[in-house]
Amino acid sequence: MSIGQNNIYAEQKMSLTPNRWDIVALIVVLGVIGAFIWSGRQMAAPYNIGQPLPISLDPRYLPSYSVRTVSRMLIGLFFSLLFTFIFGTWAAKSKQAEKFIIPLVDISQSVPVLAFQAISVVPFIMLFRGSLLGPECAAIFAIFTAQAWNMMLGFYQTVKTVPAELKEAADMFHLSAWQRFWRIEVPFSMPSLLWNTMMSMSASWFFVVATEAISVNNQTINLPGIGSYIALAIQQSNLQAVMYAIITMLIVIILYDQILFRPLVKWSEKFKAEEVESDNESFSLVVTILQRTRFIAYCGMIIGIISDLFVNSFTWLSKASSKRAVISKTVSKYVVWLWNTLLFGVCLATVFYLLQFILTAVNFHEIEHVFVLGLITAARVLILILLCSLIWVPVGVWIGMRPRAAQLAAPFVQFVAAFPANLLFPLVVILILRFHLNVQIWTTPLMILGAQWYILFNVIAGASALPKDLYHAANNFNVRGWLWWRRFVLPGIFPFYITGAITAAGGAWNASIVAEVVHWGHTTLRATGLGAYISEYTRLGDFHRIALGVGVMCLFVIALNRILWRPLYNLAEKRFGVL
Amino acid sequence: MAETIVEVKKVVKSFKKSAKQELLVLDDVDFTMREGEIVALLGKSGSGKSTLLRIIAGLIHPSYGDVNYRGEPVTEPANGIAMVFQNFALMPWLTVLQNVELGLEAIGIPRDERRQRALKAIDIIGMDGFESAYPKELSGGMRQRVGFARALVVEPDILLMDEPFSALDVLTADNLKSDLLDLWQQKKTRINAILLVTHNIEEAVEIADRILIFRSDPGRIRAELTVDIPHPRSDQDPRYRELVDQIYTLMTTSPDRPERLLAAGGKPREIGLGYRLPDVDISVLTGLVEEMADPEYAQRIDLPELSEELSLDVDDLLALTEILEILRFANISKGDIELTPAGRRFASADILQRKKIFAAHLIRYVPLARNIRRVLNERPSHRASEERFLGELEDYLSEEEAERVLKVVIDWGRYAEVFAYDYNTGILSLDNPE
Repeated sequence: MSIGQNNIYAEQKMSLTPNRWDIVALIVVLGVIGAFIWSGRQMAAPYNIGQPLPISLDPRYLPSYSVRTVSRMLIGLFFSLLFTFIFGTWAAKSKQAEKFIIPLVDISQSVPVLAFQAISVVPFIMLFRGSLLGPECAAIFAIFTAQAWNMMLGFYQTVKTVPAELKEAADMFHLSAWQRFWRIEVPFSMPSLLWNTMMSMSASWFFVVATEAISVNNQTINLPGIGSYIALAIQQSNLQAVMYAIITMLIVIILYDQILFRPLVKWSEKFKAEEVESDNESFSLVVTILQRTRFIAYCGMIIGIISDLFVNSFTWLSKASSKRAVISKTVSKYVVWLWNTLLFGVCLATVFYLLQFILTAVNFHEIEHVFVLGLITAARVLILILLCSLIWVPVGVWIGMRPRAAQLAAPFVQFVAAFPANLLFPLVVILILRFHLNVQIWTTPLMILGAQWYILFNVIAGASALPKDLYHAANNFNVRGWLWWRRFVLPGIFPFYITGAITAAGGAWNASIVAEVVHWGHTTLRATGLGAYISEYTRLGDFHRIALGVGVMCLFVIALNRILWRPLYNLAEKRFGVL
Repeated sequence: MAETIVEVKKVVKSFKKSAKQELLVLDDVDFTMREGEIVALLGKSGSGKSTLLRIIAGLIHPSYGDVNYRGEPVTEPANGIAMVFQNFALMPWLTVLQNVELGLEAIGIPRDERRQRALKAIDIIGMDGFESAYPKELSGGMRQRVGFARALVVEPDILLMDEPFSALDVLTADNLKSDLLDLWQQKKTRINAILLVTHNIEEAVEIADRILIFRSDPGRIRAELTVDIPHPRSDQDPRYRELVDQIYTLMTTSPDRPERLLAAGGKPREIGLGYRLPDVDISVLTGLVEEMADPEYAQRIDLPELSEELSLDVDDLLALTEILEILRFANISKGDIELTPAGRRFASADILQRKKIFAAHLIRYVPLARNIRRVLNERPSHRASEERFLGELEDYLSEEEAERVLKVVIDWGRYAEVFAYDYNTGILSLDNPE
């Protein structure tokens, strides 16, 4: 019939002889697969509690340590994706499920990662007796809790905003729930899901030290990995080893960024539901190589056929939705009412049980004390956000207003954001000791080291989104100096800034647990605050006080969200969201 | 008589607006579609015609009444019914070919056959060569062609079209319409009937064999016209012009206010507090009145002519004329419009005088504006929250519609300086703005 058909079938007939790009690609692929197989075998090695796991500071071990750490992260990522797909979709599709999933995830988000680990260690070790899998699973679970929540919430939000017309088109063309998921919901949310995944990966680096050291029965199991390596280096105050670790992490981050995320970002560009073509497409070396290979491109086609089968099987899922409408209105109303009551009851019971559990070991006086600690940490978080804003807003505006600078800065900022800030903690400790600085004040900036980039990111995005016309108009009317900031730039970037500040505040809360108590060799610097309280009792394994600390932290985070951030966000949307 | 394909019997649709109140969108709609015809559902926006289309499609369930497709009740999207959407509804992440294949994938056609059929459909619709393009690379007209190909490839019995040309510019739309009519007349597809939803009068007259005119609030079929002008239809054809005139007349007179009353100089249009005022921009309204007062026009102006002259969408023009009539700036009868003396005064006044005339008419003839002004006058503070009036409006309208109507009146009131409004606090007052 046409040229078009020839084009489409042309790819099937192409030569299978590998070219030189194939060799490069093949080495990379085989190398990656080999490393993970090795890592998997190590994870399932036999192990009994009490058996020492030797960690060496010799840099020759670093490659194998990093493979194991990255494997844990990727496994965590896999489960986070699974969790995201299942619960994100469920919450987006069912009003009843939404009512408990979303608040639950919201609360989980404000629960510190370490608390999850403390709870999960014993069950996992019991489950895999005599194998290293138990502690490994506990570590992976902790990583999962650092990754899953924002991915799931982001996915849920995008699935809810799938345009009505696309949904109707899917209905009209009889797509099954399974096909709809893979053909509409996943592609539609792909760009934001990928972005959140990259954020999650950075977040899990932040906790890598904490998650690989597992305390159980007053002993610490140090799983082989970069985290344990760093912990040991800090314990022995070995600055050189810390430097090795930093360099290794840099290389690892660059590697998985190039091998995993760049290609995915490149690929996800086609999922952007935009009306017009944008001109700044990203570049990926790996994609370029893959596009030049022959054999691998052929494999790609095979994958295409398999994924086709994958999406188009499970047709039995198709008619499930239509039957539901048959249930009469009164019955469904009754069911909804019952469901709400049940949820409320479960909530009440949980709160009651938790209170009872806490009160068996803790008196009211201590609870009061913990609240005061919460106030101190809250003050730290807010002051930090303010200080960071003073620094990063002008910088971000400066960069954002210059497209060249923004282009250059983007990959750099992304990179520093992915870099685990807690690696710099030892340096801060050394400085504090050296100059006899106040611990209460000078450990505080550690909380924001990782989270500050969110503010910078968003301000750059906001400033580059300011319409050029407004910029010219401001110039034209000679609006300068403070007036220029007050009437033009600050209102213009406000919505973006608020988004950044909310994320940064969330990050700072979570980081407070690692940042309020820092170690270097035999020195431990302890600031007063809720984070220090939780981290202290996590080390001691006192579950009553962990529950109290975590509960209070959740209360604070949620209260601040309601009182401060939500209203600001609404204001930003309503008043300044015109751009 | 040809076989009946779709039968709509006494369909009523209401949406819940609060626990107790329901908003009636469709009221007692009856009609049938037979083999071999193109039917147009014509009405103003918001008249419920798209809702009816979606009920026939099985996307929405009617509150009462039945829809049968080939004798079977429609409870979910039926095989044999395909739809073309106003904004195309193409998946941006799928290529043209993949988009067209989507409907076949869903019914489990094997990969190779799927591809053959999709390529053929793309070929028929004239998109050959763009198989591997993404929708974002295509112009609006080409995207809608893909939308058609996607619908044709499943070989539907009946094709539903929801304002398929309204997102396209005039030339593109004309081109696509004539291609579609060619396909239909030469029987290149297996489609047995087409149902077209539109608010464009000319479009309906150009394409359809039968036109059902919808009245709004609640939506019901007001009139049914048969078009027996042979294709291709020219807009110079006197039968064509006559039909367009007839439709304009039907659409500008409401059945509750019979034509003869107006013709006899009887009582003009009175509206209540909960009247769904159309969204009209003051500057467009002023522009229209000025244009109509231009000596080049006769006293009585033909509405189709005015629409063409100003290249105004029928929907917009009808909204404008409706409000001119409510404000007593113009009279409408038999598809013609004529300025009243007040309208002529408004046209020749300067900016400040215009505001005064407008203010006087607004308070006199729009009960909602009158009510707001009265409340503000009565209160010692001369201030009131918009919530108060919203609550009042919600006795008559849905929440969304109440907000829209209040916004329209606030806009007009601010222009006429009848009252002031603060966006941040939502307070209406008699203050002068600072």
